Amino acid sequence: MYRYDEFDARFVAERVAQFRYQVERRLSGELTEDKFKPLRLLNGLYLQLHAYMLRVAVPYGTLASRQLRKLAHIARKYDKGFGHFTTRTNIQYNWIKLVDVPDILAELAEVEMHCIQTSGNCIRNVTADQFAGATPDEIEDPRPLAEIIRQWSSLHPEFVFLARKFKIAVGATPEDRAALQYHDMAVEIVRDGEGRVGYKVTAGGGMGRTPYLAQVMSDFVAREDILAYLEAVLRVYNQDSRRDNIHKQRIKILVNAIGVEEMRARVAREFEEIKRMGTLQLPAQELDRIAAYFAPPAFEALPDAMPTGDLDFENWKRTNVHPHRAPGYAIATISLKAIGQVPGDASAGQMEALADLMDEYAIPEIRVSHEQNLVLPHVRQKDLPAIFARLQDLDLATPNSGLITDIIACPGLDYCDLANARSIPVAQAIAKRFAGLERQHDIGELKIKISGCINACGHHHAGHIGILGVDKKGVEYYQLLLGGSGAEDAAIGQIMGPGFGEHEIADAVERVVNFYLKERSPGERFLDTYRRIGMEPFKNIAYQEQMNAAYNG
Amino acid sequence: MPLITVDGLKPDPFVTLADDAALPEESGAIVSLARFRKDREALLSRNAPIGVRLKAEESPEQLGEDVHRLSVVALEFPKFRDGRAFSWARQLRTRLGFAGEVRAVGDFLYDQIAHQRRVGFDAWEITEGFSETQFRRALGEITNVYQPSADGRKTIRDLRVSSPT
Repeated sequence: MYRYDEFDARFVAERVAQFRYQVERRLSGELTEDKFKPLRLLNGLYLQLHAYMLRVAVPYGTLASRQLRKLAHIARKYDKGFGHFTTRTNIQYNWIKLVDVPDILAELAEVEMHCIQTSGNCIRNVTADQFAGATPDEIEDPRPLAEIIRQWSSLHPEFVFLARKFKIAVGATPEDRAALQYHDMAVEIVRDGEGRVGYKVTAGGGMGRTPYLAQVMSDFVAREDILAYLEAVLRVYNQDSRRDNIHKQRIKILVNAIGVEEMRARVAREFEEIKRMGTLQLPAQELDRIAAYFAPPAFEALPDAMPTGDLDFENWKRTNVHPHRAPGYAIATISLKAIGQVPGDASAGQMEALADLMDEYAIPEIRVSHEQNLVLPHVRQKDLPAIFARLQDLDLATPNSGLITDIIACPGLDYCDLANARSIPVAQAIAKRFAGLERQHDIGELKIKISGCINACGHHHAGHIGILGVDKKGVEYYQLLLGGSGAEDAAIGQIMGPGFGEHEIADAVERVVNFYLKERSPGERFLDTYRRIGMEPFKNIAYQEQMNAAYNG
Repeated sequence: MPLITVDGLKPDPFVTLADDAALPEESGAIVSLARFRKDREALLSRNAPIGVRLKAEESPEQLGEDVHRLSVVALEFPKFRDGRAFSWARQLRTRLGFAGEVRAVGDFLYDQIAHQRRVGFDAWEITEGFSETQFRRALGEITNVYQPSADGRKTIRDLRVSSPT
């Protein structure tokens, strides 16, 4: 994985000192909260309902064991002993004191980590496929480019005060595990007709109040031109985006207001000029130099021999173990969705034990997925039973990856200042409702995603079943959305109708799922059935109880 | 309003004129784009330097070729969150090749000065009491940079290539 050199180390250390000075000025009263706010946000520090929340960047979701240990240490020393992995593959701490933040940053810098641009109106932490470098179906590892983008975007002087936040993802496989089409900008590594590797760039995707799928800006950007192209898109966005209405300031609004053709033309003009100047050209040596950091570990020559075990192990293998590019190896998903747990939470003890396990089994890195799980990317197949047993002891062996209880949920009203409704208890209630594993397997792939407000941190638009918490006169209600997807078949979920009460929502989801089981054709996922028969029949079923109640007076 | 440049604090040789104010006899003047358009001939034929102050939504390209007859382009930050002027400054320097003064005016923060310097600003209208020490500190907080901009500084990538390791 990437290692800081003297320049990266100095940059991060100076950024820590810079933020320390900003905190000093805030604590002395020199800076008002209004002026401090954008500065702290640029460093991932939010003021939430109960305390400050600090979001630590995990670039493209990759962590070494010593970094995971440091995250555990921070959870223990400065927080309440746990951290929350987010849909942008970061980790956030919910109970942080402002005075501690500079020290936390200094501790993070010791293990080459930081909080730079994890919030605020700037280019955010770059994400990538959690199976990068391990999955058999990728053109090349997307992380070297993600790292190059991370460096280019770090304190980019032109783009630190954008109209709104700007999220970039990089993918390299036909199967999209990084929700590319929901990003402000995404780069997909592709081959052209002659087999050359280059980049397809899309822009204008996003969730929130006005969801859009991204549109293609360019089908093929040459490797050496990619930073010039990304800078061109950002410059057009910075110059031309609205600034008069916070709800209309994401790039998706600009692209759809001026139209994709006009957007492409404006980008092309900037692109040609940046290319002519030549300073952003990416020499092949630079790409190779960065790529060398991400060279796969030296895989042992092993036969493909997947171990078998008891029913628990087999169930786990079925959903949480995935094919690897090297014979004798596997990818393992560690579910952070134990039934009844807060999705994405991990305790300091769990993180430390995982770090030990990585070292013991020579697994050089661990990944965070946008679905709020962890992934061991390079596991010897023969080690799987022992690793599974260890995960069981840690309550990290829930065999539900991709199943209905593998729910994405934002922190919601339990923590978040913006939320209208709680997300976590709804996720917990639904997970409990469908806890039976046989039933989960029968239902198959079904992605439930829950947001506590319109900002959509829980990706509700992209859920096969999405749930959006709303506030109606001080009471929490939950709207159902059906048919969304964040994968390669991306779609925006449709709202079913009026919301359900807190105690009705799990019932409504269950009625919808049972109806799918009754109506599905052989081999159909929930999403396929929905796409075939549409909203109406699901709607009739979901509101059955309300209608019965009305009928019976 | 006090002015600071990379050379330090100095008296502002320009007056910023309201659209209905009379032109001064001798000293340089900074006017709005609207007034510049209206009084273009008179302003350019004066025997004193002239500058234009652009609002955040006004692209410097609207000045056309006249930009090269200006001594100052002042770019306005209506509120510090509005970062459009970062791109306008960059455009002035690299697309239009403007060699005069690019001045930051309006509501900007200490913490934005280093970024402004990088994209091409070289003068700042500052609040009373802001010291040269603070200014130097703001510019020196981060030693090296990752990306090229209008300041022509060597990037970390350049430094890596030339560093012995």
